[in-house]
Amino acid sequence: MRRVPAIQEYGLIGDCRAAALVSRGGSIDWLCWPRFDSPSLFAALVDAERGGRFSLTPLGSAGGVRRYLPDTNVLETRFECPAYSIALTDLMPVVDAAEERNLLLPEHEILRLVRCERGEATIEVVFEPRPDYARRIPQLRDAGKLGLRVEMPRGLLVLRAENSNGKPVQFENGRAAVQLRAGEQLCLSLTFTLQDPAVLPPLGDHSRVSLERTVRVWRAWAARTVYSGEYRAQVVRSALLLKLLAYAPSGAIIAAPTTSLPERPGGDLNWDYRYCWLRDAALTARALFGLGHHQEAEAFVSWLLNATSLTLPKLHVLYDVFGRMPRPERTLDHLAGHGGARPVRVGNAAMAQTQLDVYGEVIEAAAHFVRSGNDLDRDMAGFLVGLGREICQTWRIPDDGIWEARGEANHYTHSLALCWTGLDRLLELHRLRHLPQVPVELFAEQRTLIRGQVDSMGYSKELQSFTRVLGGTTVDASLLLLPWYGYEEASSPRMRGTYRQIQATLALGKGLLRRYQGAFTQGEGAFGICSFWAAEFLALGGGTLREAQDAFEGLLRFANDLGLYAEEIDLETGAALGNFPQAYTHVGLINAALSIHERRQGRQVVPCGVERLANAEAHA
Amino acid sequence: MTPLNWANSLLACFLATVVLATLEAGAQQIRLTRMSMPYLLGTMVTANRNQAKIRGFLIHLVNGQLLGLLYVAVFHQLGHATVWLGALFGLLHGAVVLLVVIPLLPTIHPRMASAEQGPTGTRQIEPPGHFALHYGLSTPAMLLFSHLAYGAIIGAVYRVN
Repeated sequence: MRRVPAIQEYGLIGDCRAAALVSRGGSIDWLCWPRFDSPSLFAALVDAERGGRFSLTPLGSAGGVRRYLPDTNVLETRFECPAYSIALTDLMPVVDAAEERNLLLPEHEILRLVRCERGEATIEVVFEPRPDYARRIPQLRDAGKLGLRVEMPRGLLVLRAENSNGKPVQFENGRAAVQLRAGEQLCLSLTFTLQDPAVLPPLGDHSRVSLERTVRVWRAWAARTVYSGEYRAQVVRSALLLKLLAYAPSGAIIAAPTTSLPERPGGDLNWDYRYCWLRDAALTARALFGLGHHQEAEAFVSWLLNATSLTLPKLHVLYDVFGRMPRPERTLDHLAGHGGARPVRVGNAAMAQTQLDVYGEVIEAAAHFVRSGNDLDRDMAGFLVGLGREICQTWRIPDDGIWEARGEANHYTHSLALCWTGLDRLLELHRLRHLPQVPVELFAEQRTLIRGQVDSMGYSKELQSFTRVLGGTTVDASLLLLPWYGYEEASSPRMRGTYRQIQATLALGKGLLRRYQGAFTQGEGAFGICSFWAAEFLALGGGTLREAQDAFEGLLRFANDLGLYAEEIDLETGAALGNFPQAYTHVGLINAALSIHERRQGRQVVPCGVERLANAEAHA
Repeated sequence: MTPLNWANSLLACFLATVVLATLEAGAQQIRLTRMSMPYLLGTMVTANRNQAKIRGFLIHLVNGQLLGLLYVAVFHQLGHATVWLGALFGLLHGAVVLLVVIPLLPTIHPRMASAEQGPTGTRQIEPPGHFALHYGLSTPAMLLFSHLAYGAIIGAVYRVN
């Protein structure tokens, strides 16, 4: 019986349209083409037996040592033993816009290059495509030099493999064993074509050129990262991951490329994260703008403002990469789940929830857009004012809160603080003449009412802390964000009290935090992004610079060997839990690193808020 | 013999070509086939995928117009044009495309690979295979039907003076 590797045993490759998870053993166990949220072609990640995979394993190997080629999303796995040294390089080729005009390229491609550097090895190739979440076992048709073809209702999959002499590899039932001696190479190209006649790139030298081109493109992008602090390696890795999870045709950024990796080992907290959540919009915009990746940041904000306009005046919790509602959530009962964690879900029922904080998130993301020197056009301005009106109408109703706990609607302090943030930023944008027509009196009055509600009901004098819900007695890690949005200074007694209360009740040791205490979170691990929020809170003035750095550096130890984080971290083992890799954990890392760096530089550090906006204006 | 009605013939050819292109594109969109004449024609003149589709579409329009004039010439010779006659010509036209033109593509298309040699640095587009079946099992039926519609429209719209 096959065993599925632990979550942190995977690395990610991608081309900003789709992504694949590659195990330490050289197996592609998760791939959805043509888009992140398309049905899977390989899904061994969530069912090792029937999910399907594409593996390249030197016989006798128990797994390799891997790394990304520096400043790229090209994954290299090295298998070393006395008998051989094998290097496997995995990538989804990418080109820059100028090159794209002159090249005929496949719609989608994974390139796998195996090089024997020492000794002699037999490479076992297993090609088991299982389209449509492993509901189908397709026929493989050998088309000679045109490769192994898999005709599917939704496109054509072609695997081509050649050894150093240019001889095609012979497959039998999707399996082959290829003998490699020192200096010899095996090239495999897997292409997917949805619409047109397929493009089949030649292998050999052409593959090496494609690898070099891809490395060049990633390095040029990484070099544009404006961060000179001491955590550059981790920040650039996180930025490269965000870039991988950004869907290039629309600018949307998905939460993670996987579905149903369990947040509770063997449990049922298994969700589909291949969508775009608005709840982290401002955090994501700040991370991208803060690193100087303006093109991606502007594309992301434009996506936010345009794609979500389809549902105006309401905002939903999540959207697909084109701003549409995903199909309703359903379970795939034929799949065994990762480590037996069932059910495997596709779609996400959280889309039907009400989450009031998303309005403030989108408005704050737009404020970042303006801070970075952009102007709001008339449609954007109208859209933002519409969101403000929606806040005024809805902030009194209970919502489901940032964590989307099912069946726990309430008046969440964090949600209300974000409603305050939304109105506050709109008034500020108006004052700075970016929003011409704003109902100033209405927004100002409602802003005051919201603040009054939060300050009187969302703060407990007994606990000396803000509370999770109005009139509540427990805390929530999301309260650490109040200074971030400019609601309350991090150094204020109220925030210091809140930090102490969070540490007292949510800290799990080693700098890790859970998000809140409740039935919904029983048995889950520490939340990666919450732990980074705590480090950033210290950098924003809640603690000393040294404290912030210690907290941040403690968290860096929980990344896997490639520098990737899942959504959660297992307390006992440090293992990754939940969907992987998780964009928002990396957003948390980037923001914490940026705030620590700004604090070290002695610059004003509150990422959002009035002063920041006015400062940007004055600078312009 | 009466003079050719140019305005009417050009209109007939244009309408027929637009319907032909729409049927082909529609079949592609609903995943009946991956066959795309604009793409195949366009990649003869450029490697840029997006440009290829635009240029290929223009070439496809011109081809449709010119070939349509052949239909018109035949109708003119016969002295009458009907839907059924046009449909018959269209079916023959489709058969010629399927049985003669498509098999020649790997030879004449500068960017198409051949089954014998496999892809090369310049020739990378998947060849169509027998009856263009590499592009999907419904491709022959789609090709015949779209050409039948093409001929039928010319037959219906064109009026011999």
